Amino acid sequence: MHNKSVAELSRDLESGKISSVELTREFLDRVKAEDQQYNSFITVTEDQAMADAKAADEQRAAGNATAWTGVPFAHKDLFCTKGVATTAGSKMLADFVPPYDATVTANFRDAGAVSLGKTNMDEFAMGSSNETSFFGAVTNPWGLSSGDKRVPGGSSGGSAAAIAARLVPAATATDTGGSIRLPAAFCGITGLKPTYGRVSRYGIIAFASSLDQGGTMARTAEDNALMLNVMAGFDPKDSTSVDRAVPDYTATLNEPLKGLRVGLPKEYFSDQLSPAMEQQVRNAVKEYEKLGATVKEVSLPHAKLAIAAYYVIAPAEASANLSRFDGVRYGYRCENPQDLHDLYTRTRGEGFGDEVKRRILVGTYALSAGYFDAYYLKAQKVRRLIQQDFINAFKEVDVLMSPVSPSPAFVQGANTSDPVTMYLEDIFTIAVNLAGVPAMSVPAGFVDGLPVGLQIIGNYFDEARLLNAAHQFQQVTDWHQKLPQ
Amino acid sequence: MQWDIVIGLEIHVQLATKTKIFSGSSTAFGAEPNTQASAVDLAMPGTLPVPNEQAFRYAVMFGLAVNAEIGRRSVFDRKNYFYPDLPKGYQTTQLDHPIVGPGFVDIDLADGSTKRVRIHHAHLEEDAGKSLHEDFHGMTGIDLNRAGTPLIEVVTEPDMNSAEEAVAFAKKLHGLVSSLGICDGDMSQGSLRFDVNISLKPKGSDELGTRTETKNLNSFRFMEQAIAHEVERQMDILEDGGRIIQETRLYNGERDESRSMRSKEEANDYRYFPCPDLLPVVIDDEFIQSARDLLPELPDERKARFKEQYGLNDYDARLLSDDASMAAFFEETASHGKDAKLAANWVLGELSARLNAEDKTVAQAPITGTQLGQLVARIADNTVSSSGAKKVFEALWNGDGDNADAVIEAQGLKQVSDTGALEAMVDEVLAGMPDQVAQYQGEEDPKKRKKMLGGFMGPLMKASKGQGNPKLFNEILARKLGG
Repeated sequence: MHNKSVAELSRDLESGKISSVELTREFLDRVKAEDQQYNSFITVTEDQAMADAKAADEQRAAGNATAWTGVPFAHKDLFCTKGVATTAGSKMLADFVPPYDATVTANFRDAGAVSLGKTNMDEFAMGSSNETSFFGAVTNPWGLSSGDKRVPGGSSGGSAAAIAARLVPAATATDTGGSIRLPAAFCGITGLKPTYGRVSRYGIIAFASSLDQGGTMARTAEDNALMLNVMAGFDPKDSTSVDRAVPDYTATLNEPLKGLRVGLPKEYFSDQLSPAMEQQVRNAVKEYEKLGATVKEVSLPHAKLAIAAYYVIAPAEASANLSRFDGVRYGYRCENPQDLHDLYTRTRGEGFGDEVKRRILVGTYALSAGYFDAYYLKAQKVRRLIQQDFINAFKEVDVLMSPVSPSPAFVQGANTSDPVTMYLEDIFTIAVNLAGVPAMSVPAGFVDGLPVGLQIIGNYFDEARLLNAAHQFQQVTDWHQKLPQ
Repeated sequence: MQWDIVIGLEIHVQLATKTKIFSGSSTAFGAEPNTQASAVDLAMPGTLPVPNEQAFRYAVMFGLAVNAEIGRRSVFDRKNYFYPDLPKGYQTTQLDHPIVGPGFVDIDLADGSTKRVRIHHAHLEEDAGKSLHEDFHGMTGIDLNRAGTPLIEVVTEPDMNSAEEAVAFAKKLHGLVSSLGICDGDMSQGSLRFDVNISLKPKGSDELGTRTETKNLNSFRFMEQAIAHEVERQMDILEDGGRIIQETRLYNGERDESRSMRSKEEANDYRYFPCPDLLPVVIDDEFIQSARDLLPELPDERKARFKEQYGLNDYDARLLSDDASMAAFFEETASHGKDAKLAANWVLGELSARLNAEDKTVAQAPITGTQLGQLVARIADNTVSSSGAKKVFEALWNGDGDNADAVIEAQGLKQVSDTGALEAMVDEVLAGMPDQVAQYQGEEDPKKRKKMLGGFMGPLMKASKGQGNPKLFNEILARKLGG
């Protein structure tokens, strides 16, 4: 059962082949038995899950089932869950229990899905390897046979590892600079970062508000479509969410790809990309040609500026977003503060990890008097140029295809001493967030036994086309079905 | 040396919306601490602000009332600083794209002249919570009920040159926002708070001196005192050859002293940047029209109408029109009082004096406009003399009697206007004062004659037990004494 997709499990539940209680029990047992080696969960809500499963079975018996009723899944621990600890992977929020649900969390609850708990992540979603979590690093299920422990990618590494290890069939995730696509690629699963504004950010603990976007992770494109059906839509509680009709993303999965115009951004096939990775990506593109797509090279001329602009804008926003963690109202508070200044400095000094502190410092610096124009304003100008690059490219083609990362999952600890090397893992994913367009990572082969992700980037609100393209690819390939070990 | 005083004001106006600027919590004053603070107001992780449309409408109404340009693209910024009553660690405010652009307000001065004070801009922002230092031994209590209450901060140009002008402007603004209904105007609850920027420069100089900012003045009286205090302080320093330090000062009204809060060097770097949780708000013609449709009569329009409708002079019309509740009280009085000018005299005279003496607002007056108007009507129709009327007013103020007629009846204050009876009294009094009558009749100078006529009034009033109609007494006297 645990190798089945959400779509398959949903059909089995509907046909009565299995109950949600049985299914949930099976997945919970797998988490208990297997997760010591991955550390993909921070919190497992066993009792709540079993109660929800029972309720879901009753719901289905009463004839009120949705596609999700009784299907187990998990939330990245950045989504607020009413009554369940929500930590953001930080000591600062280790004991924080929100009295409200994120809009996405509430949507899954309303759909009858059964959450097994909260998945591990880089602290406050800041990281590319899931090594900055206060709750310990997550281990990638792939590559263990070589004896090395590899990173699952970050920041949604817990969600990706749990899906790859078949501990859950699907999980929510967020993507600020690549935090869905990189872990999806490293763990050999399928992930989608929607258009900025497509999914409500309410109740998702903020990292960089203008870049953060909740999204989907599962093994198949079809399951991603089922997730997005639940997650997408305007939310009056998030004024940056977009009031625009939500299609049924599963309805167009089987459209033929004949005539699909694919662009290959030449800047993304650069020297940084390992030849073996490039070969896998180009092979995938050939599959699309076989499916009837036409392929041409395009240019995103400002691509090389993306990392620099991102590492000004994201830390600047984060520096303000994380000011609320001051030890006054909730979260970690230092012992015996002597005065207000002591309360602030020790609470924040002790409660945040190094990478979070680094980004708060960088962001504070970039916004400071005398530096604002040179850093923040300049970065915003670059951001507009990058946006324009994508707008121009989508005048010529329907989707862009590229690698997700320059190389496959690296060994734990390999990049932790050099933040800049770590930041460069996101070199192909970050521009998408700056522009706000949607993008997917789809399993597209292996290098040295490690999964390779194909990035498919779409125009604004063109998620249905991305899912269609990914689904058709998965009808003719089986990379997404491969099991670790 | 002679000095020019230069004053600019920053005024925080709490908007009278039912709910907060970015959350659905109530803004009502006086609730138990933290009972009106939602997850958004507490800045719980993951919560997001949603703008309150009514706050924008009120701000636009203000902009229209001060003849200002409305910012068509209104952008919110984050002003970053740490303080326990600032839950997010930043205040959401507006820096470069405020909702209200340049405008102006005309103020009337005591010498009858008018002065234009320019508004630099007014922006929307959220209020902070309150830190309570008194009630928690060795600790500070935080009440976030006020956090997120919508404010407009009105910033003037440095166009005022005296405490009188600054206070006149402050009162005008207070009247304006109260008349608009966008602020409850209750300064004792902090609904309006004034920061005063003051500098001195040698008389006639074009160059502005270094300014100080005195913060959080919440009464006109304190504002006047604080300005006088600060002008004197700066003058002393400058005349001793010293330099003014640019700083923020706090004024203690109880002790009439001020102290430095922080200097420019200690000032925060607020690291303003556009708030990524809020999209720019576009104000279109339709929205502006919807705000315009809500504009009530404004003080300047009301003043013109009072002059026209009630025949009031400019000075009285202004005093009665600046404040909406004062204006309403007057109109109620006038509608029952038959004589509008007399009604104005009573509102501005007896009523205002009494309110001042007891430090009450017109809304707190124990007498209604209807009651005062009924009294004025009895003065106008000679039922009661003006001295009798003061007794009636006193009784109504103290709640001794429901209306003027009942008090007049109960206290026997009804004026005698029966000419037959009055003539008999005049005859009797004149008969008892032959010398004075002869003296009067021998006097040629009409001024002196008029004065001497007054000498008969005392005995006449005594004879009538204070109830004789003085006007009629005068007429009869003049007739009997020959001119």
